[in-house]
Amino acid sequence: MANKIEIENFSVYWNAERYLNSISLEVKMNEILGIIGPSGSGKTTFLRSINRMNELETGFKHEGLLSMDGNDIYSPDTDVVLLRKKIGIVFAMPVPLPMSIYENVVYGVRLSGIRNKQKLDELVERSLTEAYLWNEVKDRLNISGLRLSGGQQQRLCLARVLAMEPEVILLDEPTSGLDPISTAKIEDALNELKSKYTIILVTNNTKQAARVADRTGFFLMGDLIEIGDTRKVFTSPVKKETDDYITGRFG
Amino acid sequence: MIISPKNMQRGVVSILTAATAITVLILIFIIFFILEKGLPVLSLNFLTTNPQDMGKSGGIFPTIIGTILLPAIALLIAIPLGIFTSVYLCEYTKETIITKIIRFATDCLAGIPSIIFGLFGYIFFVNTLEMGWSILSGGLTLAVMVLPTIIRTSEEAIRSVPQIYRQVSFSLGASRWQTVKKVVLPNALPGIVTGVMLSIGRSIGETAAVIFTAGSSLRIPTSLFDSVRTMSVHFYILAREGLSNQNAYGTAAALIIAVLIINILAYWTMHRFIAKRN
Repeated sequence: MANKIEIENFSVYWNAERYLNSISLEVKMNEILGIIGPSGSGKTTFLRSINRMNELETGFKHEGLLSMDGNDIYSPDTDVVLLRKKIGIVFAMPVPLPMSIYENVVYGVRLSGIRNKQKLDELVERSLTEAYLWNEVKDRLNISGLRLSGGQQQRLCLARVLAMEPEVILLDEPTSGLDPISTAKIEDALNELKSKYTIILVTNNTKQAARVADRTGFFLMGDLIEIGDTRKVFTSPVKKETDDYITGRFG
Repeated sequence: MIISPKNMQRGVVSILTAATAITVLILIFIIFFILEKGLPVLSLNFLTTNPQDMGKSGGIFPTIIGTILLPAIALLIAIPLGIFTSVYLCEYTKETIITKIIRFATDCLAGIPSIIFGLFGYIFFVNTLEMGWSILSGGLTLAVMVLPTIIRTSEEAIRSVPQIYRQVSFSLGASRWQTVKKVVLPNALPGIVTGVMLSIGRSIGETAAVIFTAGSSLRIPTSLFDSVRTMSVHFYILAREGLSNQNAYGTAAALIIAVLIINILAYWTMHRFIAKRN
């Protein structure tokens, strides 16, 4: 399979302190790449480097190469707004914007200039269906997104990203605050979505990576310790640290 | 002596209750006092006729026009200027020594007595720019006076919009301006409106800054360069010169009722806006 994203010797510094050490990996087209590791290992920093969310905060510096379809993401010529439309992100905390469910879903699309009501309606139905939320909210699309439960809110956040028809979806511990049923719904959605999208899933839940990821990478203190097919990483890891983490000896 | 937590609690509750009660009572007393003296004078005739004999008799019609025009000009200028400034300070600059100086300067400006603004307006707008005692001079002076309040309250309101909303908006491919327009400003609106309300109140009630810059003509103005008298200036002159206490109270009552109506209208509009969004 072709590579969607290629990362070479990528390092990140916050205020001159190093948070990611020369990471090299590639993400294949239409795969789910799981990223596991203890908190503070640089998973989120890594994820947010890909759609350039890190630079919204002060003190961010990077080195190395990060490219999508062969185009340097950090090139001065890159249109960041366009980049973020192609690479959607779902945050750890479900954060619907304080507007209706419908408006939440079409937020990004409207910004791109789509006004046609019928097109927007279709988009809302399709995205919410893909996010496994349509049946629960189809009769109350005009209530505030804030009135949904936590699990529903997170699926709304996923639908919001799907509506933009991105190429890559980044998920930052999307189920960390959710109950097992909501978690299962999101995982089901992901399994269906990978036929259309390339997905990177950061998770604190190693079992979740084992369940849904095609390949898994293990981060520890800013280093990529190991990356490979999920089954292999979980059954016969090469590095001792990976084995220790997966079997729960630390982290 | 040791006070038990339970008695402490009782004590604190009674102090807080008393403080609130005193505040409310003072407010009610003032309003009641003025309305009691002023309402008998108020009539449609009083509001729609010109003053006679320097205001000893007759109505207050020209001062109503002044009271509407001056704050209207002030707010028309100060609201966009103030909101754009605070958006710039909050969203488009990083926190540096310069933004700190700007903020400190705005705080200082907000605390300056209004008569100083009046003096400034007199020297700058009336004399230097040769606008004379006019609606325009008065409006511009009031704009300068309420600008710091609008900037600071809008800034607080904009800062209180959760940072994560901006991140979500950016992550969905919004530009900074789109984020400001669609997420930041709508959510900061209640706070901004509060600042605007305060400014309306201040500019309607302002006397010192206005008397220096808009003058106190009792004629009905026909252009922005005409002098005009506001209700508060009228009240001040009537009371100070001992022309007519009765008409002074009538003017005061009209002023209080006008401020109340404006406040109610503004809050009603804001609540409708918020209800529509949710």
